[in-house]
Amino acid sequence: MNIDKKITDDLVANDISFVTTVPCKQLAGVIEEIDQREEIFHIPSNKEDEGMGLCAGAFMGGKRPAIIMQNTAIGVTINTLATLIQYYRMPLPMLISYRGELREPVACQVEMAVHTKALLAQMNIPTYHFHTQADVEELDMILKYTFMCNKPVAILTDANFWGGYGDQ
Amino acid sequence: MIRSEILREIAPILRDQLVVCNIGIPSQELHAIDDQPTNFYMLGTMGLASSIGLGLALAQSKTVIAIDGDGSVLTNLGTLPTIANNVADNFILMIIDNGSYGSTGDQPTYTGKKTSLAGMARAAGCDNVVEVMDVDTGTALKAAIAGGKMTIMVVKCDSGNAKMPVITMDPVVIRDRFMKAVEA
Repeated sequence: MNIDKKITDDLVANDISFVTTVPCKQLAGVIEEIDQREEIFHIPSNKEDEGMGLCAGAFMGGKRPAIIMQNTAIGVTINTLATLIQYYRMPLPMLISYRGELREPVACQVEMAVHTKALLAQMNIPTYHFHTQADVEELDMILKYTFMCNKPVAILTDANFWGGYGDQ
Repeated sequence: MIRSEILREIAPILRDQLVVCNIGIPSQELHAIDDQPTNFYMLGTMGLASSIGLGLALAQSKTVIAIDGDGSVLTNLGTLPTIANNVADNFILMIIDNGSYGSTGDQPTYTGKKTSLAGMARAAGCDNVVEVMDVDTGTALKAAIAGGKMTIMVVKCDSGNAKMPVITMDPVVIRDRFMKAVEA
């Protein structure tokens, strides 16, 4: 299975046509796939809170948005999630690379990894964790759930899900 | 002129457009001067008016005016390259530049010193950047709407706030009536 293609197909099938991204090594393939799809307007943002602002505007303009980012960005976006996305009740699927988990080579990434689920739980953000490739089968349901309940929803995708970092 | 005097003067122009208004006193002033369903008031999240406005402009075809402030643009400077590289000709970013953080007690920002937001917007790659004085805002805004090109307006004005009530409308109501106005 090509995970990048599967994820992008699910986004398109759920009518998600506005995607903002801040890159991560693990997300490079899916970002490239999204960039090539005519059905999706891809707008890279410089910071994740800026990206959430873009998504909020696109949603109010009638598009279904999504953001793709690293888990370190949870530390950047708490205020935006609380006072914009949640306060105005907007749907926002957040496809997040879960750095600092098993198979992580960079020690500093663990420092935000240990806070990631706690912060999401504190924010009452529904959170799903993809650890094996088969977990991606739930993405379609998660996207439908997100636009049903008008909430930000986190999909954490760890290194094991992406197939590791190659030879280390 | 101070911001509220500018808003009062351009209210008849704004009335027919989709407006995303910056957090704090700017939204309170616009709400008190001329509340419209076509106004989206930010109740929090400093810095994102330009991002919300751009996202909205890219997603549909009506003209969108984001009313921002110098302090708010300074806190989200990454917005300028994103705007420059994702041109939406139905988007006008109007930065009311009074050289101060109005909502927090008029502490000075760097735009009242050496920093030029118009210069930064141009350096970011924005093509149509105009710097105007407060008294010329209405004329410049009308020209930007008629021009049909994405425009960044930097409006230089005096520091100061009008005393207006806090917005008590529920955020979901603000968002819902705004979305209905967008669709209408």
